[in-house]
Amino acid sequence: MDSYDTSESTPRHSASSRLKDYFIGATPLQKRLESVRKLTSFIPTPPRRKIPQCSQLQEDNDPQKVAFLLHKQWTLYSLTPLYKFSYTNLKEYSRLLSAFIAAEKQKGLAVEVGEDFNIKVTFSTLLGMKGTQRDSEAFLVQILSKSQLPYENREHKVLWTGWFCCIFGDSLLETVSEDFTCVPLFLANGAETNTAIVGTWFQKTFDCYFSPLAINAFNLSWMAAMWTACKMDQYMAATEFLWSVPCSPQSLDISYAIHPEDAKALWDSVHKTPGEVTQEEVDLFMDCLYSHFHRHFKIHLSATRLVRVSTSVASAHTDGKIKILCHKYLIGVLAYLTELAIFQID
Amino acid sequence: MSSQKRVKDSQAQKRTSQVSDTYETNPAGEEKEDLNDSKRSLKHGQDNTADDCGHADDQGEDALQIAVRYFEKGPIKTSQSKDKILEKHLKTVENVAWKNGLAPEGIDILLNVALSGKFGSAINTRILKCMIPTTLISEDSVVKAVSWLCVGKCSGSTKVLFYRWLVAMFDFIDHKDQINLLYGFFFASLQDDALCPYVCHLLYLLTRKENVKPFRVRKLLDLQAKMGMQPHLQALLSLYKFFAPTLISVSLPARKKIYFKNSENLWKAALFAVRQRNQGPPPEPLKLMLGPAQVHPVKRKWNSCSVIPVLNSSSCSKECGKKGMTLSDYLSSNGSFPLEQLKSFPQLLQNIHCLELPSQMGAVLNNSLLLHYINCVKDESILLRLYHWLSQTLQEECIWYKMNNYEHGKEFTNFLDTIIRAECFLQEGFYSCETFLYKSLPLWDGFCCRSQFLQLVSWIPFSSFSELKPLLFDHLAQLFFTSTIYFKCSVLQSLKELLQNWLLWLSADIHMKPVMNSPLETTLGGSMNSVSELIQYVGRLSTTAVRLENNSTFLLHFILDFYEKVCDIYINYNLPLVVLFPLGIFYSALLSLDSSILNQLCYIMHRYRNNLTAAKKNELVQKTKSEFNFSSKTYQEFNHYLTAMVGCLWTSRPFQKGLYIDPEVLEKAGIAEYKNSLNLVHHPALLSYAVSFLLQECPEETTVSMSSVRGKKWNWYLDYLFSEGLQGLKLFIRSSIHHSSVP
Repeated sequence: MDSYDTSESTPRHSASSRLKDYFIGATPLQKRLESVRKLTSFIPTPPRRKIPQCSQLQEDNDPQKVAFLLHKQWTLYSLTPLYKFSYTNLKEYSRLLSAFIAAEKQKGLAVEVGEDFNIKVTFSTLLGMKGTQRDSEAFLVQILSKSQLPYENREHKVLWTGWFCCIFGDSLLETVSEDFTCVPLFLANGAETNTAIVGTWFQKTFDCYFSPLAINAFNLSWMAAMWTACKMDQYMAATEFLWSVPCSPQSLDISYAIHPEDAKALWDSVHKTPGEVTQEEVDLFMDCLYSHFHRHFKIHLSATRLVRVSTSVASAHTDGKIKILCHKYLIGVLAYLTELAIFQID
Repeated sequence: MSSQKRVKDSQAQKRTSQVSDTYETNPAGEEKEDLNDSKRSLKHGQDNTADDCGHADDQGEDALQIAVRYFEKGPIKTSQSKDKILEKHLKTVENVAWKNGLAPEGIDILLNVALSGKFGSAINTRILKCMIPTTLISEDSVVKAVSWLCVGKCSGSTKVLFYRWLVAMFDFIDHKDQINLLYGFFFASLQDDALCPYVCHLLYLLTRKENVKPFRVRKLLDLQAKMGMQPHLQALLSLYKFFAPTLISVSLPARKKIYFKNSENLWKAALFAVRQRNQGPPPEPLKLMLGPAQVHPVKRKWNSCSVIPVLNSSSCSKECGKKGMTLSDYLSSNGSFPLEQLKSFPQLLQNIHCLELPSQMGAVLNNSLLLHYINCVKDESILLRLYHWLSQTLQEECIWYKMNNYEHGKEFTNFLDTIIRAECFLQEGFYSCETFLYKSLPLWDGFCCRSQFLQLVSWIPFSSFSELKPLLFDHLAQLFFTSTIYFKCSVLQSLKELLQNWLLWLSADIHMKPVMNSPLETTLGGSMNSVSELIQYVGRLSTTAVRLENNSTFLLHFILDFYEKVCDIYINYNLPLVVLFPLGIFYSALLSLDSSILNQLCYIMHRYRNNLTAAKKNELVQKTKSEFNFSSKTYQEFNHYLTAMVGCLWTSRPFQKGLYIDPEVLEKAGIAEYKNSLNLVHHPALLSYAVSFLLQECPEETTVSMSSVRGKKWNWYLDYLFSEGLQGLKLFIRSSIHHSSVP
């Protein structure tokens, strides 16, 4: 820390110009502040949301890539806007990131950019993975190991995967200038050390900030309701809830599985507004589950903590882990996660 | 950085040289003993092998002498069997050298021979390879050898070998001062591509702080531009940077380990032997490596170093787009001014248009020059980057977000301190801190990082109070009422600072441009409203706090401090605002038992009067600006306070208006004669002054008559009070009371 030279007076100019901006409310920063104020002063989440609609994926998506994203456990992070990120430089980023990873792994040995390592990094866009046209294009980063085998059966093994996306992120877009790319949701699968290295590189290169995105019980109930509300052709898994009771020496977990059709029937009975989910309905849905459980086991689940929700659409854990199962509702699930991520970085 | 490693290396060097220094004196004695031993064995004839050995060694020594003399003389041209003799002598030298090493004189002569080019380059190579000292090499020999390099008699490969030898044997050279004088010569040899790596290594060992000169830095950078990122050049550059960080602006990859090709491998075994001779078993192989010697305990998996990122130029992200941009392009482009070079304010001014910004904007917090820059920059994206980074970092680091995790408490406190220092420096708050306060205040216990947290409150940027109230001030009020008196005082203190900051911003803004053209024109009233709402909020807090804390003098001081700011807004900040204190505060202060409170109240009343008078005057002068005329209510309120004060303190006719107490009640309480009990003589806060005053007059008296203080004595008494330091009272009486009305 260098010492501040207080003898040099600071120009006051900026304070006044910002004061003016305040009254006009023109700058992105001001809009930012406004939105935070709104979010903080009112109920944090809007009381109603849309039920995820069938396949909102845009046509130009790559089914193989989308399939790759399903049935995997992803750890969630929120990410502040990337500064000077460019989709035209993905090749260059692959090269730089792989050099960075190699350098990190070799702990300090001199490494030349472009040298041959036994790993390879690829950047690729996930076409069509967006909610609106304004949303930034989603992209995928993979760390592959180069096998030592001869050429013909050279198959790269995927060591780590991470992807960045923004689904219906309008509220964030409005508050940044065009130097920034908004991909507030980051999902990673693979060793955490790799996540850390990639994250560090992104933070250093694009002046952004990653924070783990935990999902609190309130949002988990929303997920439970919204995902139960989704129309399914066939159910692949039971609807399951996991509650945690804090007690010593070990915490007690209560698992509560319901047949998905029963869950849907319950939802339909509490659901009124077509196409939408309201806070009231979510509360009612959960209350019904609680009272049912209480009738049988005399345990008040409302006094415990909801830690996991799994449905045929997706399953989510309070630690910020998610597994998306249903291709149809991929966008819907991601839209909600994007909303949570944006809330966290506001 | 590499400094630690370097220090370690030089320590190791020192260690070896120390050991060898001591060895210089010791071995003589040991040798004598050896001699004695061999003599003894000779005498007794007990051990023949020992005898043989000694004999053989003697022979070897003799042969060596002959060989050395042979080389010294140079090849005999006439001799046919020259090669054979040469071979024989060379073998002798090699044998002795690898077995026991050579004495300094031997090395001196042979080095001369090898570099003078008397023999062919193959022979020179062989000679150089066996220049292994028994213990030490004299510095003079090296200097002489170097002088041969200038003559140009030896081939390139010999030169390379010589430098390699020099690097390998560096630790065995007895002194280095003379060699260091040749620094410039060695440096010039960097030009030679073949020599460059070895010379770099030598320079790396040789460089002292005084050797690092700007022209050398320039030369090295040129070389690097020419040859690209070479590890040996980087090693030398980073050493230079360590010695003179101001001279080198390139950001060297701190994380890379920069190393030299192992030049000592030719002599590995020999070096080991020499070291063993010098100091017994070697402590560890001498590593000449630069690298990340600092081992940070990996506290967090992600940003392992510190919360605030290190200042690095944003070269990476900028250049990503431009393929094939080499370091030389980067260095030669005059477009931007690298951050690492930025050391002074004039530099900032000169380069402000082309300053290269840090890759992570958070780094500016630790750099006052960049804070200057941030302060006047118009680029919104810079502020946004800082905003995002700071918001997220505060959120991540905030310790009361993490349950039961107070380990990083100290670190978080330091981080907040850094932010506050930056805010004080800029005289401006960060928006990120404001949003952090919104989010964290409802969860704050009022204890953790209290001082820092409240300072952040005082730097909230000016904005509409009614908007801030539900986000911030309502939560703060809850904490205020339920906490200790000390917390209350701290809150009042920080709110005073907040008020002051707001007033400064507003006053600066008004005087920046003519009010008429400013977009603020219509909203100046709005801003004044906001300020007055803040003052009224503090008024409410204070009134309740005074009651909760039973009129605590301590608390009243903090409250009146706040109003000392408030009463002077019109004159000090030239803002059209006068807000009076609430009744609860006024009467608490007026009836206080503490003279300093009363004094402070008098001072505030005096300033209110001046401000209101000034406002009235201005109103009369410019009748147009009606918007900011104070309502007559303000004047009435002030007059009410003034009458009450004069009535109590001066005319002994207290509470004439608005207060009626049943005389019966007063009689029951035994204070039927209450009228003068609050005047300057009888006021409980001043009673002790009155007694002292009277005792001063007639020290022998056992009973003093309070009522005797009247007329002239009243005036003396006043002078006495003023001399006792009640300056506020003095100002109040001088300005508000006409002296004709002496009671």
